[in-house]
Amino acid sequence: MRWRYLGIAAIVVYCLAPFYWMLVSSLRRTSDIFDSGPLPDPVSLESYRAAFATGNGFLRALLNSFVVAGVTTAVVLLVATFAGYALARLEFRGKYVVLALIIATSMFPGISLLVPLLELFSGIGWINTYQAMIVPSVGCVLPLAVWNLTAFFRQMPLELEEAAQIDGCTPAGAFRRVILPLAAPGVFTTAIITFIAAWNEFIIALSVVNKNELKTAPVITSQFTGTTSFDSPFGTQMAAGVIVTIPLVVLVLLFQRRIVAGLTAGGVK
Amino acid sequence: MVTLVPAGPDPAGPDSTASGPTGPGGGSARGRRPGTGRLAALLVSPTLLVLGLVVLYPIISAVRLAFYQRNDGIDPETGLLVQGDRFVGIDNFTDMFTGENADRFLNALTNTTTFTVVAVSIEVVVGVLMALVMHRAFRGRALVRAAILVPWAVPTAIAGLLWRWVFQADGVANDLLPGAPVLWTTDGVQAWFAVVIADTWKTAPFIGLLVLAGLQVISAEIYEAARLDGAGPWRTFFSITLPLVKPTLLVAVLFRTLDTLRMFDLPYTLIGPGKEATDTVTVLAFEEAVKFGKYGPASAYAVVLFVYVALVAFAFVRLLGADVFGTKGRRSR
Repeated sequence: MRWRYLGIAAIVVYCLAPFYWMLVSSLRRTSDIFDSGPLPDPVSLESYRAAFATGNGFLRALLNSFVVAGVTTAVVLLVATFAGYALARLEFRGKYVVLALIIATSMFPGISLLVPLLELFSGIGWINTYQAMIVPSVGCVLPLAVWNLTAFFRQMPLELEEAAQIDGCTPAGAFRRVILPLAAPGVFTTAIITFIAAWNEFIIALSVVNKNELKTAPVITSQFTGTTSFDSPFGTQMAAGVIVTIPLVVLVLLFQRRIVAGLTAGGVK
Repeated sequence: MVTLVPAGPDPAGPDSTASGPTGPGGGSARGRRPGTGRLAALLVSPTLLVLGLVVLYPIISAVRLAFYQRNDGIDPETGLLVQGDRFVGIDNFTDMFTGENADRFLNALTNTTTFTVVAVSIEVVVGVLMALVMHRAFRGRALVRAAILVPWAVPTAIAGLLWRWVFQADGVANDLLPGAPVLWTTDGVQAWFAVVIADTWKTAPFIGLLVLAGLQVISAEIYEAARLDGAGPWRTFFSITLPLVKPTLLVAVLFRTLDTLRMFDLPYTLIGPGKEATDTVTVLAFEEAVKFGKYGPASAYAVVLFVYVALVAFAFVRLLGADVFGTKGRRSR
């Protein structure tokens, strides 16, 4: 059994070491940023203060990220819950065409959507707006959410709706009164996964916005400049990176079981 | 752009073929209840509308744009200042392969391909190893599960910056490695390796997670039978474990492959655009569109990438039999 624990330890180190290095580096003083010791000595919040310095607009960027990822998640869930239910539970013509279409769209390379959307957005004055970031994000994460929710709805026993209908519910009524409340955990898990995907989105936000006040946190972090143009301010970037990642790590720690179930649901048959 | 593997629902699973919500004695011969079709249309149409507007329309528009170029300057024949777009036929495509940008494009296409082949192969091996280790571990499962989700949750752009810091000339990678410091983040084959390493860190645990889920549904009895038949660990792995996780693995590999073919965030933030060793087709198209505003050539790049991705997906489904729809062996009902 010993080698197995070694294996487990190796996996944990593999996954966490780079993240740990980001955390350690962010807690060093700028003057000893190139130290390679395993602990920051002394611990300093200098980089965090630098990240939040007014010139960077990092706080605003965090807010922008919350707005974009939050609205994207809300819209996606609303739309995907309906579609997921229909695809899992209703028999209708063209169902497989719809499923194939949804899978196919999730395979498209983002850039082939981005270039024409960019041209369109500059035509209609959407450059530097929230909707220019939200609308393409919705399109990108929607297939995934529909897919996940379909898997969740499928796992629920069919008897539920039958019972509801014997009691006189219409299909729509069964969905609203019986299925939706019971599907809440699945919807919640999909919400977490969707939020993480939307929060991590980079190329769209990088392309459709060039005003600092509207950039999202990952974009602004990647564009931090040092005192000279050749110098990358690594401490500041690591501090900002930690802050951008912390909400996600908290979600992962709290809901690891659900996230794993959501990511693998239905993938294994 | 979405870095997840959609978990496949089972559209033709045992109960979907049976019927929709059917009350006793309700509906037609196929068990449909009146109004089901209309309800389904109502529920599905918002999704189709969104995908049509945000995915389908841009694809069509990209194909159109790929045949145009922006006019700038003076028309040589009339001497007048011209503006707007001009139809150029397949010029954007021929330029890509034979024009002055051909080297850059073919190089980017090669990088995209080598990244995909090498990174996905390494990720599959590492991911399967991780899954095998995790499969039999009983203690510390929650810890491992949380740890394994961390690389997945870190935004790719931030992961790029993190690895850029690790791979600095006086960074920790060079401290740990013997010999002269390597200039990882400048250009050249070492930059290519840096991207592969970062990508492997980010996504191998995720493959491990999926394969683990596949392993957990293999019944213990099969292993027991193999043991009784005298199969050793290697034989058991290649004759039982691997064939049984193959469907899961194949779908995971397909989605990872398509994801790597459109790679952008890592080369962009870890190495930076305009580098021979790490520019992918997406980086090139992004530069053309965002930096230079050349939507025509950028669209042509995007269309070629799109066709490439479609061909790879088709090959996976047709030749390797990737069961994307989760329908295989279920239609017999």
